Amino acid sequence: MNSGVKEPLVHMTKREDMSLVMKMAVRIIAILLSLLVCAIFIYGIVKMNPVQVYEGIIDGAVGTERRMWITIRDAMILLCVAVAVTPAFRMRFWNIGAEGQILLGCIASAALMIYEGESLPLPLLLLLMFVCSFLAGMIWGIIPAVFKAIWNTNETLFTLMLNYVAMQLVTFCIVFWENPKGSNTVGIINAASRAGWLPPLFGLDYGWNLVIVLGLTAFVYIYMKRTKHGYELTVVGESVNTAKYVGINVPKVIIRTVGLSGGIAGIAGFLLVSGSSHTISTSTAGGRGFTAIIVSWLAKFNVWVMAVIAFLLVFMEKGSSQIATQFGLNENASDVIVGIILFFVIGCEFFINYKLEFRGRHQEER
Amino acid sequence: MEQNCAIELRDITKKFGKVYANDKVSLKVNKGEILALLGENGSGKTTLMNMISGIYFPDEGHIFVDGKEVSIRSPRDSFDLGIGMIHQHFKLIDVMTAAENIILGLEGKAVLNMKKVCEDIQALVDRYGFDLDPNQKIYTMSVSQKQTVEIVKMLYRGANILILDEPTAVLTPQEVTRLFTVLRNMRDDGRAIIIITHKLNEVLEISDRVSILRKGRYIGTVETKEATVSSLTEMMVGDKVSLDIYRPEPHDLKKRLTVEEISCENGEGVKLLDQVSFEAFGGEMLGVAGISGSGQKELLESIAGLQELTNGKVIYHARRGTDFDLSGYNAAQINELGIKHSFIPEDRLGMGLVGSMGMTGNMLLRSFRQGKGFFTRQKEPRDLAEEIKKNLDVVTPSVDYPVRRLSGGNVQKILVGREIASSPSVLLVAYPVRGLDISSSYQIYNLLNEQKERGVAVICVAEDLDMLLDFCDRIMVLCGGKLTGIVDARKATKEEVGLLMTAHKEDKA
Amino acid sequence: MSVIITFIQKAIVQGICMLFGADGEILTEKSGNLNLGVPGMMYMGGIGGLMAAFFYEKSTDHPNAFAGMVLSFLAAFCLAALGALIYSILTITLRANQNVAGLALTTFGTGLGNFFGGSLSALSGGAGQISVKVIGSAYQAKIPVLSEIPVIGDIFFSYGFLTYFAIIISLAMAFFLKRTRWGLNLNAVGEDPATADAAGINVTLYKYLATVIGGGIAGLGGLYFVMEYTGGTWSNNGFGDRGWLAVALVIFALWNPINAIWGSILFGGLYIIYLYIPGLGRSAQEVFKMLPYLVTIIVLIITSLRKKREHQPPQSLGLAYFREER
Repeated sequence: MNSGVKEPLVHMTKREDMSLVMKMAVRIIAILLSLLVCAIFIYGIVKMNPVQVYEGIIDGAVGTERRMWITIRDAMILLCVAVAVTPAFRMRFWNIGAEGQILLGCIASAALMIYEGESLPLPLLLLLMFVCSFLAGMIWGIIPAVFKAIWNTNETLFTLMLNYVAMQLVTFCIVFWENPKGSNTVGIINAASRAGWLPPLFGLDYGWNLVIVLGLTAFVYIYMKRTKHGYELTVVGESVNTAKYVGINVPKVIIRTVGLSGGIAGIAGFLLVSGSSHTISTSTAGGRGFTAIIVSWLAKFNVWVMAVIAFLLVFMEKGSSQIATQFGLNENASDVIVGIILFFVIGCEFFINYKLEFRGRHQEER
Repeated sequence: MEQNCAIELRDITKKFGKVYANDKVSLKVNKGEILALLGENGSGKTTLMNMISGIYFPDEGHIFVDGKEVSIRSPRDSFDLGIGMIHQHFKLIDVMTAAENIILGLEGKAVLNMKKVCEDIQALVDRYGFDLDPNQKIYTMSVSQKQTVEIVKMLYRGANILILDEPTAVLTPQEVTRLFTVLRNMRDDGRAIIIITHKLNEVLEISDRVSILRKGRYIGTVETKEATVSSLTEMMVGDKVSLDIYRPEPHDLKKRLTVEEISCENGEGVKLLDQVSFEAFGGEMLGVAGISGSGQKELLESIAGLQELTNGKVIYHARRGTDFDLSGYNAAQINELGIKHSFIPEDRLGMGLVGSMGMTGNMLLRSFRQGKGFFTRQKEPRDLAEEIKKNLDVVTPSVDYPVRRLSGGNVQKILVGREIASSPSVLLVAYPVRGLDISSSYQIYNLLNEQKERGVAVICVAEDLDMLLDFCDRIMVLCGGKLTGIVDARKATKEEVGLLMTAHKEDKA
Repeated sequence: MSVIITFIQKAIVQGICMLFGADGEILTEKSGNLNLGVPGMMYMGGIGGLMAAFFYEKSTDHPNAFAGMVLSFLAAFCLAALGALIYSILTITLRANQNVAGLALTTFGTGLGNFFGGSLSALSGGAGQISVKVIGSAYQAKIPVLSEIPVIGDIFFSYGFLTYFAIIISLAMAFFLKRTRWGLNLNAVGEDPATADAAGINVTLYKYLATVIGGGIAGLGGLYFVMEYTGGTWSNNGFGDRGWLAVALVIFALWNPINAIWGSILFGGLYIIYLYIPGLGRSAQEVFKMLPYLVTIIVLIITSLRKKREHQPPQSLGLAYFREER
C-alpha cells in the first residue's frame, strides 16, 4: 500500500503465509544458535570442550534413570503451569500471577496434609487436597479478574503484586508449621506416615504426576477447542466487538476463564507439595509461574508444543546445573542458559511473522 | 501572476492495485483563497489530499508549490513546504496541554520555555480570533476545541497552505460558524485553504471556488458565486448509471418492524440518531442512504440490540401476530426471545467474523449456544461451512483456513451465508458490496434478493446511490442523524436523493 | 527517639534500592515499554559492580577507593544497560511481546547475578565469599562533618553517595520529563507513538534510549545493594523481591519520579516496619510484610476507579509500534 512513500533501506511487512516446515526450520535454527551461544558461555567459564559440555548436559538431564525421572517430573509441573495460564492468554488476559496461584495451591495442600494427614484415609485426603488446591488457586485468579472485568484494572500489575502477597502468606503459614521449631522451614511433611503423598503408580514414583498433568493438558486442549466456554473465551480474546455482536457476556467470561486458569495453577501447587517436594517454602513455585508464561506464549496456545518446550527447558536446566555442580560452581548457571535460549526463541518469532524486503528488491505484491 | 498560486496539482494519478483512486486530477489554489473540494464518499478526495501531505506518493503527475515543482515524499517534506493537513481523526496527545501538543516534535532549545510558547500561541489566537487556552489539557476539550488546537498547531509551524478534511462533520452549527469566521480571517491574511466536504450549503457559504471529484476523476471547477445547490449536486453525483441489477417486484408485504422516534447519543452527548421513525416490511428491500456518519451504523445497531437508545421504540411484529418492543433488550436477549434477526455489519472481520478462525469456527459464532451440555457441536457447523463453500463458491483452501487471509469477496460471502442460514425474518446489511469485485457483488445482490422474495424484511445501508436506486424498493435518507425522507426507488432520481442527503435544516426550505 | 531515627534511617536505606529501580522503570515506561526485567537488571547491575570491584581489588595491592568506585559504578550501569539492550532489540526491533521478553530477562539476569555471585571466588581460584572491603566501605562513607550533627545529621547525612545520587536522579528526571523538549517528546512516544511519529519524532530512537538508560539506572539499585547495603559482599537471592517492589513503586508513584522519592521511603518503611512494632508475633510480622504489595494493589484499584487521566499508565504501555499498522 505504501509503495509510493520513501522507502527505507529495509522494509518490513507482516506475513501470514509461511509454511509449517519453514516455521519449524526458523525455530530450530534459533534453538541451535542459542545452544551455540550457551556453549561459548560455558566454555568461557569452565574451559570445557563444547562437545563435552553437551555430553555433560545430556548426562545431567537424563544420564541415570533417577535424573531422567526428575527431569520428567519437573517438565510436567512446568507444563501444568503453562497449560494453566493458556486459557487466560487466549483471552488476552495477562495473568502473570501463576506464581502466586501455585503457592495458594501449595498452601491448601500442605494445610490438609498437616491438619488432616492423620485423620483421613489417603484417597479421600488426596482428593480433598486436589479440590482445595484448585479452589485456592481459582480464588487467587478471580480477584484480579473481577477488577479487570468491572473496572478494567491493569491485570498484569495486579497479578504480579498478588504473587508476593501469596509469598507472604506462605511465610505466614511457615510460622505455624515449622518443623523442627525455630528452623523457619516446614521440613518434609508427614515424612514417616507419608500421608498426603502421591503414591507411586504402575511402580513409577512420579506416575501420578504424569497422569494428572497429561490429563489436564488434554482437558485444556479439549476445553479450548471443543467447548462452548472455550469458544467464548477465544472470541473475547480475538475481538470484544465480535463478542458483543453475538451477545457474549464479556465480564462473565473473563472471570470464569481466569478462575479456571488460577485453579489449574493451584493444581500445579498440589503436585509440587504432594507429588514432588513434600514440603512448602516461598521458593516452592521457583519462578515456574513466569517461565510458564513464556512457554505458553511461544507455543502459540498449542498445548502439545508446550510439552515439547517445557521438556527442552527443563532438560537444559537440569543438565547445566549438573555441569555447574561438577565444577563446584553454583546451580544458577541453569537460569543463565535458559535465559539465553529464551532470548533466541522469542526473537526468532519476528522472522516468522514479518517479512524483510530490502530496498531495490521491492516489487508489487498481489 | 503565477506567484499568486499557492499550490497546483497537474494530472495526478494514483492507483491502488487495479483501482484508480485518482485519475489525472488537476487542481489549483491561490493565496488568499478558500477552495472547496467536493465529492461523494470514495470519490478520491482524501487520497488526493494524502498525496499533498506526504502520506501517499503519486504514481504520475506533478505538484507545484509557489510555482516550483516539488516532490513530497513524507509528511516531513510536506511540513517543510508549509502544508498543514488537519485530519478528521486528530493527532493529539490526550494528557498534554494544547501548547505542549503544538510544539511537539519541533526542534529548538533543550529546556522548554512554556511561557514564551504560550505567548506566541496567544498571539496567533488573537490574530485570527480563535478560542483557545494554551494551558488546557486535550482530554478536557470538546471536539471543536481539539480541532482548534490542530489548526493553531499548523499555523504555529508556519503552514501557509491548510487542508481541512471534513472539518464540520463533528461540529455543532454554532461551532461551524466560528470555524468559518476563523477560516475567513486566515484567507484574508493571505493563506491558501482547501476544505474537503460534501455539505453543499457549507461549500456555498465559505468557499471562493469549488472543485468537484467523482469516482476518482476531476469533473471541474466552478466559481462559488455562480454555483447553486442543484448545479453542484449534479456535478457531484453525475448522471445515473444503470447497473442492471435484477430487482423482483415486492409482493405479499407484511409489516415486520415499526421504528418509533428512536434517538441515541455518543459519549459526549452528540445526537447520532434523532427521532427516526419508519416501517419495514417483509418481502421488501429498504435502502438507507446518507453521507457516511449520518447515523446509518447506529440505526442498524439499534435494531440489532447493540446500541443503547435514549428514547423511542423498536417494535417487532412476529409472524404469529405478537409484537415485541426490542428497544430495551440487548443482542443476546433478542436472540433468546426467538426473534430471528440477522445482521451483516460494516466491519466484517472486526465484528461479524473472527479473523483467526476458519469457516467452521465462524459458523459457530451464531450457533455455539445450541445443543445441550458443555460441548460445541462439531458436525453441524462443518456441514454448514461446506454447504456455504459449495453454494456460494467461496474460494478457500479448506473450511478451517483462517478467514482473515481470504479475499474481501469471500469473507463477505461467508458472512452473508452464515447470516441467512438462520432463516431470519429481518436482515440488516451494512455496505454489502463495499470493496468487492463485480462478480462477487452480483452474487451478494442475488442472495439478498432471494431473502427478500422469501418474505424477509431486508434493510440495506449503502453509499452508492446508483446501486441503491437499482436494487432497493424504497430508500430512506438520513442526514445528520435525522430522517430527511423516504422515496420510491423506482421513481426517484439521483438528484432528489442527493438533495435529501445534504438537506440540513438550514436549506430545507 | 533513637528508635525512630534508626527506623527512618533503615527505611531510607531500604527505599533507595527500590528508588533506583523505580526511576529506571519510570523512564522505560514513559517510552511505552513495560520492562518486567527490572529484577533481572538490578541483579545484573549488582553483580557487574561487584565483579569490577573484585577484579580491581585483586589486581592491585593498594586499591584506590575512588578508581574502584568509578569502575564498579560504570560496570554496574553498563551491564544492566546491556540487559535492557537485549530487551530493546527483542521488543522494539523484533516486536516480541514485552511481558515475555521482560520475564525472560528477569530469569537471565537473576541467574547471571546468582551464578557469578556464588561462583566468582571459585572461578578465580579462591575460596569463600567474595568481599570488596575497600570499595565497599568507600561507598558506605558518610558525609563528613554534617553527619556528626545530632538527629539531623543522622537522618539526612548519614548515607553513602549513592543515596544522594538516587535523589538527584529522581529530581533530574522529573525536570527532564516536565521541562525539556526531549522529555515532552518521550512522553508523546509513550502515550501515542503514531502521533509522535507524525510529529516527526524518531520513535524507535526514543524507545531504545529510554529503555537502555532506564535499565542502567535500575542496575544502580543492584550496585547500591551490594555496596552500600551489604558492604561489598554477595549473598544468593539476598536481593529478594526488591526488584518487583520497584515495579510496584512505579505504579504507586503514578509515573512521577518525585512521588517515587517519598514513595520509596514509605515502601522501605513498610518493608521493615514489622521490626519496629513492639509485641508483634512472628506470624503478625509476616502479615505486615505484605503491606507494600497491598498498598500498591489498592493504589492500582483506586486509579482504575477514578480514571483520572494524568494518573493512568502511558497509553501505549505494553504495545509494540509498527508504523504500517496505522
